[in-house]
Parts: sequence; C-alpha cells; structure tokens
Amino acid sequence: MAKDIADSAEANLKLIEEVLAAYPDKAKKKRAKHLAVAQPLTEAEPGIQSKCDTVKSNIKSVPGVMTIRGCAYAGSKGVVWGPVKDMLHISHGPVGCGHYSWSQRRNYYTGTTGVDSFVTMQVTTDFQENDIVFGGDKKLEKSIDELNELFPLNKGISIQSECPIGLIGDDIEAVSKKKMKDIDKRIVPVRCEGFRGVSQSLGHHIANDMIRDWVLEAGEGARAGYVAGEYDVNIIGDYNIGGDAWSSRILLEEIGLNVIAQWSGDATIAEIERAPAAKLNLIHCYRSMSYICRHMEEKHGVPWMEYNFFGPSQIAASLRAIAAKFDAKIQANAEAVIAKYQPLVDAVNAKYKPRLEGKKVMLYVGGLRPRHVVDAYHDLGMEIVGTGYEFAHNDDYKRTGHYIKEGTLIYDDVSGYELEKFVEAIRPDLVGSGIKEKYNTQKMGIPFRQMHSWDYSGPYHGYDGYAIFARDMDLAINNPVWGMFDAPWKKSA
Amino acid sequence: MPQSAEKILDHKDLFKEPEYQAMLEKKRATYENATPAEKVAEVEDWTKSWDYREKNLARSCVTINPAKACQPLGAVFAAAGYDSTMSFVHGSQGCVAYYRSHLARHFKEPSSAVSSSMTEDAAVFGGLNNMIEGLANTYALYSPKMIAVSTTCMAEVIGDDLNSFIIKSKEKESVPADFPVPFAHTPAFVGSHVDGYDNMQKGILSTFWKDAPRTAGEGINIIPGFDGYAVGNIRELKRMLGVMGVEATILSDVSDVYDTPSDGEFRMYAGGTTQDEIKAALNAKATISLQEYCSRKTLAFAEEVGQQTAAFHYPMGVQATDELLMKLSELTGKEIPEQLRLERGRLIDAMADSQAYLHGKTYAIYGDPDFVYAMARFVMETGGEPKHCLATNGGKDWEEKMKALLASSPFGEGCQVWAGKDLWHLRSILATEPADLLIGNSYGKYLERDCNVPLIRLTFPIFDRHHHHRFPTFGYQGALNVLVKLLDTIFDKLDTESDISFDLTR
Ligand code: SF4
Ligand code: SF4
Repeated sequence: MAKDIADSAEANLKLIEEVLAAYPDKAKKKRAKHLAVAQPLTEAEPGIQSKCDTVKSNIKSVPGVMTIRGCAYAGSKGVVWGPVKDMLHISHGPVGCGHYSWSQRRNYYTGTTGVDSFVTMQVTTDFQENDIVFGGDKKLEKSIDELNELFPLNKGISIQSECPIGLIGDDIEAVSKKKMKDIDKRIVPVRCEGFRGVSQSLGHHIANDMIRDWVLEAGEGARAGYVAGEYDVNIIGDYNIGGDAWSSRILLEEIGLNVIAQWSGDATIAEIERAPAAKLNLIHCYRSMSYICRHMEEKHGVPWMEYNFFGPSQIAASLRAIAAKFDAKIQANAEAVIAKYQPLVDAVNAKYKPRLEGKKVMLYVGGLRPRHVVDAYHDLGMEIVGTGYEFAHNDDYKRTGHYIKEGTLIYDDVSGYELEKFVEAIRPDLVGSGIKEKYNTQKMGIPFRQMHSWDYSGPYHGYDGYAIFARDMDLAINNPVWGMFDAPWKKSA
Repeated sequence: MPQSAEKILDHKDLFKEPEYQAMLEKKRATYENATPAEKVAEVEDWTKSWDYREKNLARSCVTINPAKACQPLGAVFAAAGYDSTMSFVHGSQGCVAYYRSHLARHFKEPSSAVSSSMTEDAAVFGGLNNMIEGLANTYALYSPKMIAVSTTCMAEVIGDDLNSFIIKSKEKESVPADFPVPFAHTPAFVGSHVDGYDNMQKGILSTFWKDAPRTAGEGINIIPGFDGYAVGNIRELKRMLGVMGVEATILSDVSDVYDTPSDGEFRMYAGGTTQDEIKAALNAKATISLQEYCSRKTLAFAEEVGQQTAAFHYPMGVQATDELLMKLSELTGKEIPEQLRLERGRLIDAMADSQAYLHGKTYAIYGDPDFVYAMARFVMETGGEPKHCLATNGGKDWEEKMKALLASSPFGEGCQVWAGKDLWHLRSILATEPADLLIGNSYGKYLERDCNVPLIRLTFPIFDRHHHHRFPTFGYQGALNVLVKLLDTIFDKLDTESDISFDLTR
C-alpha cells in the first residue's frame, strides 16, 4: 500500500511537470503553485488522511488559458440569490449574463411561476448604449415599478449587478432605498459585478453580506414575534439542485427537527428573515455560505456546524453529529432513522457495488463537492484519483484532507489544457465535472457525469439521493457505447 | 419509504410520493408565508387577461424572458467556423464560461474559447497586460492558427482599444508578428448575438482582405449566419452546391467543429474555412449572405472591396430555396440541375399529401429576425396562418419587411408583428389571442405550459431535445424535415384530443 502511494505520488508529480512544460515561463510559475499531490501528514490526526492545502487557491486566473471559472455575478445571482423563489431578481445591465444563466441551475421550487414564484424567469434591464452613457438608475427605478405592477405577489426584488454597473458609477443603493419606500417591499442591491474578485467565490461573499445588511439587519420581518422551538434549525448552503434540499430536509424532520428555513433552494424571503431565530445552523455548502453563518453566530448567537449528506457513511455520521447537539430523544431518533434506511443502503450497494468496485474517478467541481462527494464514491467501492476546485479557498483544501488519500492529484482552477492532459494520462473510469468539460471528456472515450447540475438528474443528497447517485454512476460507466469507439476494421494496435 | 433499489425514483417521481408531498405542504403552510392559494389563482387568471396584457405591453424599461443573447456569443460562433481558430474574449472571464456552456448545451459538443480574465485592477488600469500575457498563453497551449479577439461589456465600458492592444502584444512577442489576430469590438449593450456574428465576420475578413490586391474572379462566397442548425444546414448547403457544380467558399463553416465524432480523440479544432480559402475569397465575384441581419456590415465591406452581394432571410421553405438557387445560377451561369427540381417536386408532393392538416393552422413564431421571416413564409406556403411574429432583436426595418411579407399572401392577413418584444409579452399575447402552434426554441416551453400551446423547437437554443441540429432545415430537404416536425406535433395533438375520432389512418 505504502509503495502504491509513493508510486502514484511520484507519477503524479511527473505528470504535473510534463503538463507545465507547455506554458510560457511566467504562466508556468503561476500555475505550478496550483498543482500538487496530497501530502502525507507530518503527524497523525484522527479523521484526517492527507495534507491537501499545499496548493495555492483563490488567486486570479491566468489570462488566455481557458479557466473553467465563472464570475461574481454567477456566484450571487446564479448561486445564492437566484433560488429565492418569491423575489424577482433583476440581472442589471446588458442582456447576456441573465440569458446564459436563465434556468440553468435546476434550483427546484414549488409555486406558480410568474405569479408567486419567479425562479425560472430572466428579468433584465437590458442595457443599451444610452444606459451606459447616461447611467441606468432611472431605468432601474422604473423597472422596479413595472415589475411590482406586473407581479403583485412578489415579496421583494434583488438587483444583481453585471459588469458595467460598477464601472459607470450608478447608485443602486440609493435607488433601492427610494423604491423600498415607494413599493413597501424589500429591495436588495448586490454589487456582484463580474470583474470583482477572481471567481464565483467573491459573488457568494458579497451576496451573503447583502443578506446580512439588507435583510437580517434591516428589520425583523417575518422573525418578529416568531417563537422559536427547541428543535428549530436551518438548512444553509443547499440550493435544492434536482431537489437536494428536500431529500435532506425529510431526514432532518424524521429525526425530529424543524427546518424553519432553507437557504436558498426553494426559499422564501420570510424563511431568510426568520432564520436567526433557529437554534442551530446546518451548513452544507461551506464555501458559499459560511460568511452568513459566522454573522448569525456573532450577532444572533446561532451556532453552526457543517454536515455532509452525500453517501450513507457521511449521512449517518452527520445525522449522529447533528443529533448530538440535541437531546436523547433526537439522538434515539437519529439511530432509528439510520437503521430504517440501512436496508435501502444495503440493497443499493448489493446492486451497484459489484458493477462499480475499483473504478477510478477524477473530479473537478466548484467549492464543496470535490471533497463532499468523495465518500459517496467510496461507499460504492470507487476510488478518487484526482480532485480540484474552481473557486475553493485554503480552508476548503484543508478540509479536503479529511477525504483524500495521500498521493492523489490535486489541481486548483485547472485550465482546459491541464485537465485534458491529466485525464488523458490517468484515463480514469469516470470524470465528474461541468458542461464545459463533459463532451471533450466523452470524446476521449471516458464516461462523464456533470457534478454541478447532476446531469439533469438528482437529488443526490440524503438516502433517497444516494440510490439515484449510484444508479447514475452505473449508467454512466456501464453503458455499451464506450465499447464501440473503435471501428472493428481498424483495431488499435 | 418511497425509495427502493429495484425501482429508483428520481426527481420526476420522488417528490410526488406522499411523504414528500406532506413535507412540502407543511413547509408552505408553516414557514413560507405564502400567498393563499385562492389569491394565487386569482392573480394567475388576471395575468392572462386583456387588462394585464395592456399593462404588460406598456412596459418600457424592464425586459422579461427576452429571446436574444449578447454580441460576443455570436462572435465566438462565427470564429469557430475558421480552421483552428481560438476565440479570445477580452474582458471578464465569467462571460466566456457562459458562452461556452450555452453552445455546449445546444450542440452537445465541446466549445472552446479563452478569456483575458480581467479583474478589478484591469478595470482601473485597462486590460493591456491581460492581453499581452493572455495571447502568449493561448498561442503556447492551444496551438491555434488564428486567434479571434472579441470583447465583453467590461472591456467596452472601460474603452480598451483592441487594435492598439494587439499591435502592442505583437511587439511584446506574445504571438509572431505575422500571426493573424483579427478582432471585433462586440459591446453587449448594442444589438444582440447576430450583430456579434456580423462584427466578427467583418473583423476576420478585413484582416485578410484589407490592403490585399483583388483580382476579380468567378468564385462565390456564402455567409451562413448564426444558426443553431448550422451542422445540418451547412452540410445540406454544400450538398446542393455540389449537385449544382458550384464551387463556393463558406465563410465560417462550423459544421465539423460542432459535430466531431466519438472515436477516442478530442478535437478542439475540426474542419472550418482555411486561411487560404479566406484569402482566395477576396477574388470572388460575389458574397451571398443567407441571413441578412447577421451580415449587414460584412456585406457592406464585401461591396467595398468590389464584390457583388446578395442577402437572403434564411433559405427555408419552397420559394426561399428557389430564390437562393436561382441567384446562384444567375451568378455562376450554372443551371439548376434536374436532381434539385425533383427534390423540389418531392417536397411539394409531401406538402400536397398533408395539406388538409396544415391548411388554416395558426402559428405564433419567435426567434432571430431572419429565422422568423423564413418560418412565417414557409408556414404560409403550407396554408398555415401566422398570427404572431416576434423577434426581441428585430427592429423597425424588420417589422416593415415582415409586414410586406405577410401582405404578400392571404394567409398573412391578421398577423401581428412584434419587434423588440420579449417572451413575457408573448405570454400575454398568446393568453388573449391564442394560436394553434408555437414555433421557437427551448425557452418556449414555459409558454407551452402556461398557455397550453404545443411548442415546436426549430431554432437556437434547443437544450431539452437532442440532435435536431444535425438535420437540415435549409433547402428542399430541410423543408421536408421542418414539415414533418410540424405534422408530428399536429398529429400528436389530434390524437391526445381525440376520443371517438381516434383514427388509425390520418
Ligand atoms: S457581462 Fe456583458 S458581455 Fe458578459 S455575458 Fe453579460 S452581457 Fe454579455
Ligand atoms: S463577467 Fe460580467 S458580463 Fe460576464 S457574466 Fe459576469 S457579470 Fe456578466
């Protein structure tokens, strides 16, 4: 085993060197800091397998290399704010950003679209040259009036700034204050212009700060008069992709907790307002929402804890850890729920493990899943041979060591070129990444699953989600198509 | 417990199970502060009323569900059709991630483009350093034969000058001095993706044509325009040209790069118009655009260099194809061969066989200006009646052209033209003045659901159906494909709505 690790570490280091060779010097120097192998621990720590935070992260992408990253707008509108269902979210600026992000994240919700819920709509101020030259504040004001007239059941409006807004000196905060009085609804200006920061990540942060300033600290709203129960909790950082938050919530309710708010998949603004009343914040996507958890802890005294609902090992561990924050009744419930689902887990594993055991997986996703899904693969007997994040920070790489064994290839903000070379050299049995990586990988004859959108499947959270996850990994890998790439009359030598 | 290993329920069925229904019901009742159901129903009804329609059509500032994208998308698409060309979009990187995803979701193919990844410091100091470093990296990593530079709105707002930036980058040896780096300013706050296509085409052609000596020849250039069906359409176009014996240069041929085989190799570049072909194309007798609104500046430039030009509005349907072939024949002196006449006859035959089901059907059509024009025209050729024609990126002149087209046939009577309107307008329009069928792209599925009108996906983007773009809509063969799609929808609708008349033969 130790030799295996040393071998793979050595091979991976060599591979990194080869890949870097293609770069001009300046870029090579920069990129070298983002590629590494998971290191052995200097001293053993319980529950930690390797040291992954030797790579640099959250640094500007190198120009011209085909980074896979998006922008702050994508982090705010696309991730944090867009799913809040009873608000209208204005993509403020030219038409493009809102168009390309329209309905693409599968944040499921209930409600009547265009009447009391607005998630799958693309609302934009569609800037024209005049707006750039003379400013767009007037247009924004009038847009808010028009929206409020056409969608009287909206519970608020957020303004998601695109690149030009911060460059032309518009005062969207002043507009928000004014219109808030006029229409007597919540208006939230978000300065998430795409040039801010280095990835989606700053957009998450800015979006969190605006929840803090323009929602939580701007009046109690639905929190006023709410008497919290002792089992009230919030789900934070679950965007309900394919229904993830629902297949999580059902478990939390089964163990006897009340989920009073879901942030922000299928959320209403009332849920967000009420959240500080809860007894505990349960955070799934640490990267995108840790900021607001820290705020609620400091300001409202709500403690928070991370949990992981991918795969039965992590689900059981998380349920126990969550229950440990409550009384014996909840703890007993947690055990009962774990036991209740064990037969499902056993049946799923019995069906799929033999088909997936030993298969090698490479991941490249956003800020959480490159570590969070790892044990779900392990539960199926699969192996992670490389992982990396689009927009993680150092604390994410630290946490990655909980899941990843030493010698594993680690790549931060990987470029298209690097990923292609890594995949080509390692030839894993499965790659889990995004739409921009999907088809290139498949052309190479390597099965692929989109791990942002669940490839239009899901949910993957919770026990119900694990069954779907297992099914999907199996269908991706074991489809007959992969055996037909070579024409029989041209057998490769 | 709803889930089992034998029958795994995913999102489609899982949440219909009683456990989930009860959970969602409780969430709504307890925590959401939701509007009471009766009130929601009342407002929903109102959104489909004439009163709402008037308010909706009166809005002048906010745009809701527009059927248009921004310029750089068109620029990236145009550049992709040139041999080994990498798009380099100067500005913030998020946009480029969006263009790539958007194209990949439609074509189910890789889509490559790089960004100069400008951030806050570039907003203050300009993006020159990003360009210098970025071009060098792109050149080293992706071995392109050409790098086509366009801009996001960030670079446009701060006023970066591409021409001088590229000259400076070459001075700094980012790329060799003679390496082609055509460029186009593509501000997202002007026009739409069709203009971006035009600007990039002009940028590329001027790089090779400007200042080059022209010897007028007999060749023909064809600009296909921004087209989600480009894969099938350009191949069909080439087939027709082959049958006619016409040698033409397709200026931006994306048919291979957006349709690469799965055989173990990822081809970042595939096919496309070569630089030799672009250079030779300067000598052509004429440049023809298949989509006028995608090529106005480019055609003006072709005229400037001394070429004849002609523009069409998407050659789909009978007369549109006739006109294209006759123009080609006129320009080249080649006769339209019997084979194409037979193909035409077979299309007419199919239309005649099915006319009873097509005659009098009413349609709402939306999309890019040229597409809507062609679609309305073909619908009228089948005896159908366009009721609403909408192009978010259509202007006054488009509106007039549409009106003239509609006036040319009794089947166009009573059709309303909606230039600059969006799909939320169309929702009100369809709720108050319905049509039998809706023709558009995948975004139309919300209208299909809200207004109970069957959607026929025939234009970009199509995300939720696979592979349609591999089959042509151009020419007589393409018209046959379109005809079958219309008929399939009509027959499906007829069958779902029939009880007694659930006929075996139709
Ligand atoms: S920021 Fe501008 S260029 Fe970029 S996607 Fe948005 S509208 Fe288009
Ligand atoms: S970088 Fe700017 S223009 Fe591009 S998608 Fe992000 S906000 Fe929009």
